[in-house]
Amino acid sequence: MSSSKQALAHPAPGSGAAPGHQPGAARGAGGRGTPPPGPSSWRSRLYRWDMKASPYAFISPFFIIFGAFGLIPLLYTAWYSLHNVQLSSLDHKSWAGLDNYRNLLSSDFFWNALKNTFTIGLISTVPQLLMAIGIAHLLNYRLRGSTVWRVVMLTPYATSVAAATLVFTLLYSWDGGMVNWLLHFVGVDPVNWRESTWGSQFAVSSIVIWRWTGYNALIYLAAMQAIPADLYESAAIDGANRWQQFRHVTIPQLRPTILFTVVVSTIGATQLFGEPLLFGGVSGSKGGSEHQYQTLGLYMYDQGWIIGNLGKASAIAWSMFLILLIVAAINLLFTRRLRKSQ
Amino acid sequence: MTTSELTLPQDRVPVPAARAPRRRVMGAGKQMHAGPLTYVVLVVFALVSLAPLVWTAIAASRTNTRLAETPPPLWFGGNLFKNLQTAWDQAGMGTAMFNSTVVAGTITIGTVLFSTLAGFAFAKLKFKFSSTLLLLTIGTMMIPPQLAVVPLYLWMADLHWSNHLQTVILPTLVSAFGTFFMRQYLVQALPTELIEAARVDGASSLRVVWHVVFPAARPAMAVLGLLTFVMAWNDFLWPIIALNQQNPTVQVALNSLGTGYIPDQSVIMAGALLGTLPLLIAFLLFGKQIVGGIMQGAVKG
Repeated sequence: MSSSKQALAHPAPGSGAAPGHQPGAARGAGGRGTPPPGPSSWRSRLYRWDMKASPYAFISPFFIIFGAFGLIPLLYTAWYSLHNVQLSSLDHKSWAGLDNYRNLLSSDFFWNALKNTFTIGLISTVPQLLMAIGIAHLLNYRLRGSTVWRVVMLTPYATSVAAATLVFTLLYSWDGGMVNWLLHFVGVDPVNWRESTWGSQFAVSSIVIWRWTGYNALIYLAAMQAIPADLYESAAIDGANRWQQFRHVTIPQLRPTILFTVVVSTIGATQLFGEPLLFGGVSGSKGGSEHQYQTLGLYMYDQGWIIGNLGKASAIAWSMFLILLIVAAINLLFTRRLRKSQ
Repeated sequence: MTTSELTLPQDRVPVPAARAPRRRVMGAGKQMHAGPLTYVVLVVFALVSLAPLVWTAIAASRTNTRLAETPPPLWFGGNLFKNLQTAWDQAGMGTAMFNSTVVAGTITIGTVLFSTLAGFAFAKLKFKFSSTLLLLTIGTMMIPPQLAVVPLYLWMADLHWSNHLQTVILPTLVSAFGTFFMRQYLVQALPTELIEAARVDGASSLRVVWHVVFPAARPAMAVLGLLTFVMAWNDFLWPIIALNQQNPTVQVALNSLGTGYIPDQSVIMAGALLGTLPLLIAFLLFGKQIVGGIMQGAVKG
């Protein structure tokens, strides 16, 4: 007994059995006012109090900070979305009812941003996840220097949205840009990546794809490594070739992971903001001269901090949240369907 | 209680350092060797991953006029240090790098500490509503940051905190992902007997955390620290609203560069290079751990 206590009490030698020396004791006793009847019961009461309270103490930093900077602002955003709040006169807020939302629903730019968010989300997510599965499959082979390959695939993730977008904007420039220069070798006329709708949306999507494919590949790889080897063995015994094994063993086993990445990518796509902002350069918040790549996130920033209508920006933020919830609900339904059909 | 009983679980503490013990070992022996075609495809993807970064360095070593010409430069020029200098002084990248180090460093310490405490409570302690609160924590990951920025901006303006670093540090000081990450790790890596043994000896909860939880959690804390630093360094939306070019973080300074603060492309590329360099170095040194952390979080998530 004594030796074990010493091991635990090591950094505070001499505290021994005196309860008052324990850090927990000193904190717990302060301000309670009741004189301890005896050392042993005093101590056991303290111990029970410690056992009860400390779990809440340990989780409280998260909930306090999230509450203060996440949850309460979320509710205030809803409140402000019902007000007229201007950046130029922050102290004058006036009730506006549902005006901001009515304003949004009748605004072409809102629907345009919604459509762009959807199309850019689609062309950035689908190829990204497909490529990621392919890369994960290759990384799952026995490779020379497997760690090096993994780190290299993840390097784009180290690049910030801002840095990556600045570089890609230059690569996609109309004349003198690397992409158009490379395209001319295969006989493609220069594409106006800034002005054309599809060109600009593709360019913005390619930044997302570049940054996130390796990350998702690692997530798939982790899931692939958890697939029991005997599944492959029995498939091989049944005469399945490599492709059939991939199709009938790997993919079904990955299904939960695929759904997870789809959900995470969808959330990311709904919030897409930095890439289109910086791709647009000086007038970035407009999302191009024709708003051709203005996403919802960008529209919110434009309305709130460029135009200066924070009430409307709040309404856009809540619309984004509602859209996310609808998407999540669809995902949930879809998952249930899949499970039932199995 | 004998000495041997206590030393036994204590000896187990380092065991979790060997990562992912539950993963099947059998897969390793059966893995097929990669053919040459696999290597070819991987080389292509590796080139696509690295080329934009290498080209950033090439462009940063040229001049603005050269970057506007066709064909684009494919090799380094002699202007790198001049451009880096300009970016450092005139585009505020020097201040920005310092600020980002302070911001990301503080956020990392806070997130790792609070996530370990909360992760431990969720993994090993019994308390009312623990599973509900855990679900709630995970649920908060769904909430887009856009939903908080308008009120936060108004409050920070009221407090006259705009352009102060605490504005971007405080809201990001905790992480739902980190809490869940540490919980998943500690569920497996921290033997319950070890906590009980300490309890039997009358150790307070704080003492258990210090002497039992932190040693067991150290490998995961390091990985979470790296991931948090990367995320905090690259955070974009709230910093560009809360700060401006007078007192920028790296991303704010890059945003200013992108919106025409200095209309010289080679300087802009030098800024992008500078802002990415610390994380590239981190990847070079700790790439294996970062990769491990992402894969570990994935299996459990």
